[in-house]
Amino acid sequence: MRIGLFIPCYIDQLYPDVGMATAELLEKLGVEVEFPVEQTCCGQPMANTGCQPETRPLAFKFLKIFRDFPYVVCPSGSCVAMVRYHYREHLSGQPGFEELVGKTFELCEFLVDVLKVKPLAGSFPYQVGIHQSCHGLRGLRLASSSEVVGPSFSKMRYLLEALEGITFSQLDRPDECCGFGGTFSINEEAVSSQMGLDRLADHERVGTQVLTAPDMSCLMHLSGLMRRRGTRLPVMHIAQILAGRAVSAAY
Amino acid sequence: MAHTTVEHAADAAAFIQNQERTRWHDQALWFVRAKRDKAARAVPEWEQLRALAGQIKRHTLAHLADYLLQFEEQALRHGAQVHWARNADEHNQIVLEILQRHLVRKVVKSKSMLTEECHLNPYLERHGIEVVDTDLGERIMQLRQEPPSHIVLPAIHIKKEEVGQTFHTHLGTQADATDPNYLAEAARGHLREKFMAAAAGITGVNFAVAETGGVVVCTNEGNADIGVALPPLHIASVGIEKLIPRWADLAIFTRLLARNATGQPVTAYTSHFHGPIPGGELHLVLVDNGRTTLRAHDVFRESLCCIRCGACLNTCPVYRRSGGHSYHATIPGPIGSVLNAAHDPRTYYSLPYACSLCGSCADVCPVKIPLDQQLLYLRGTIAGAKHLPLAKRLLMKLTSFVMQRTWLYTFAGRLARWWLPKLPRFLVYNRLNAWGKQREIPAFPKKSFRELYQNRQRHGQ
Repeated sequence: MRIGLFIPCYIDQLYPDVGMATAELLEKLGVEVEFPVEQTCCGQPMANTGCQPETRPLAFKFLKIFRDFPYVVCPSGSCVAMVRYHYREHLSGQPGFEELVGKTFELCEFLVDVLKVKPLAGSFPYQVGIHQSCHGLRGLRLASSSEVVGPSFSKMRYLLEALEGITFSQLDRPDECCGFGGTFSINEEAVSSQMGLDRLADHERVGTQVLTAPDMSCLMHLSGLMRRRGTRLPVMHIAQILAGRAVSAAY
Repeated sequence: MAHTTVEHAADAAAFIQNQERTRWHDQALWFVRAKRDKAARAVPEWEQLRALAGQIKRHTLAHLADYLLQFEEQALRHGAQVHWARNADEHNQIVLEILQRHLVRKVVKSKSMLTEECHLNPYLERHGIEVVDTDLGERIMQLRQEPPSHIVLPAIHIKKEEVGQTFHTHLGTQADATDPNYLAEAARGHLREKFMAAAAGITGVNFAVAETGGVVVCTNEGNADIGVALPPLHIASVGIEKLIPRWADLAIFTRLLARNATGQPVTAYTSHFHGPIPGGELHLVLVDNGRTTLRAHDVFRESLCCIRCGACLNTCPVYRRSGGHSYHATIPGPIGSVLNAAHDPRTYYSLPYACSLCGSCADVCPVKIPLDQQLLYLRGTIAGAKHLPLAKRLLMKLTSFVMQRTWLYTFAGRLARWWLPKLPRFLVYNRLNAWGKQREIPAFPKKSFRELYQNRQRHGQ
């Protein structure tokens, strides 16, 4: 099986190991990974600011780059949600667009829904706090959200739970937003930071030892807050844990 | 005169300055959200109810004219008098005219966001009529001369100590009183006098049933009932989006409303009004005030499905940490940001950006309004109309320009990673860097992912 690896721009520039871990994990599972180097950014910062004319060329660029791959896989729920839900107004009717929407997956959902992998083997003897990144949670439904009444599930937890020694944090607020929100983190700096500090306090209270998420952007924000305050809860993208990285590889 | 815009971020930052109050406001509302979760989970068919409620509202909006006429016909049969108001001014004039005709000088009013929207109180006061809000929270706000900060819990932003001070000033209660029972008892005595003196009662309406011509008012304090049972004159202000088709549909909404609003199985009082009390008059004022404009819009139409439960406010992580007044609108929070920015994008341009797009509001909404998507859509309207500050627009143009050119993106990334770590701290962390006010920027890696990956391919690892 061949996939086009879609690496968000900020992971490419700031968190290269998250990309490497994603590639290694997929290869280990027998997937043929290809990283098309023309890719840059999906356009989400522009789209979320409402700047549609500035988003449009990036949507076209993305389609051109990834059109011919049987699957597109990305270690970010937010960027996948961008392609799946917000490219339509730019690319509707373009050859290959409908197929692109159907074959673009966030890493965890690709592993669970397409590859149908069993929970991964390995060892990770820590109490892990899963941060439910909102676009993955309520956009892609990677897990059940606390507002909706129904059976509870989590694709992240499913993938992690067979790791030897792993336990999970039971939070007071299981899926409140961390406050990153892309340009929101700048526009509403005070609220954004307060949200992040509250999220961290919840994890600290219940004894989280490693904080993970399917989106590195949430962790970038939370880690930035911690580093300023001199607290150091290791943050790892879920791909890093699944690829067998040690906690020393944490950011 | 320069156009005054609402700057949510600045007011939110001011609210957060008081850390203790912010924490307490956040926790008080989260407590309500948690109660709501518990109440919703006790109803196994909850999601089915949400889906049905959303479908009924959408259906009603699609056939609104028919249902309004049916409602009018049925209401007239019960002896009610029906008035149509195109906007807030007409609504206020109609209400004043009815009151003046009956020589009314004192009115009691139960909770109604529509009369807040129309600014009815100051209008009537200007014409020499005393209006007393009889909902406890609203009365506290009225005495403090503040607008409500929440559509269901109007005084959620103030503490019992502040209520004590307000009552001490206005009702003559003991100084420094904080006991909720004592204060509530004082309010009860005070309001009783007002109820006895009033010559008319004004209420809002939660649901208007087209099939029966009846209106339904949901309260917890019984203040609407006593307010319209004592005086012979009852005026009910009805937003035209409050219609539901059939009597049988009502139960779906009453099961959702209180559970979603406060976690109660049902409001303490669900009062049905079909015509006037013997010897009295019932006036129903149907108000448009921009609703047909929203209804004509393909995206914003859905926002008219709102039943004003307030759950999107309670769950919104931004609302909880910025307070209702930071929105400068009758209806704050996610639904308020949609309604106000859709109506006046220039003034309220910042509200759709007071949102991290977490989507919790849409998941909690009892009629499934995609609130986060509406806010995102509004950003497009606002940016398209150039209501965004120039610096933000230019930054997006620049980012897009770079991202369209892979070589430039790669080069800019490499330059930033090489250069930024070498800069003295004050050049990186200053007042221009909003990110860095409370956060460090990430440590810059020497190599990007693409460099590492290409190296690995080249060396065949």
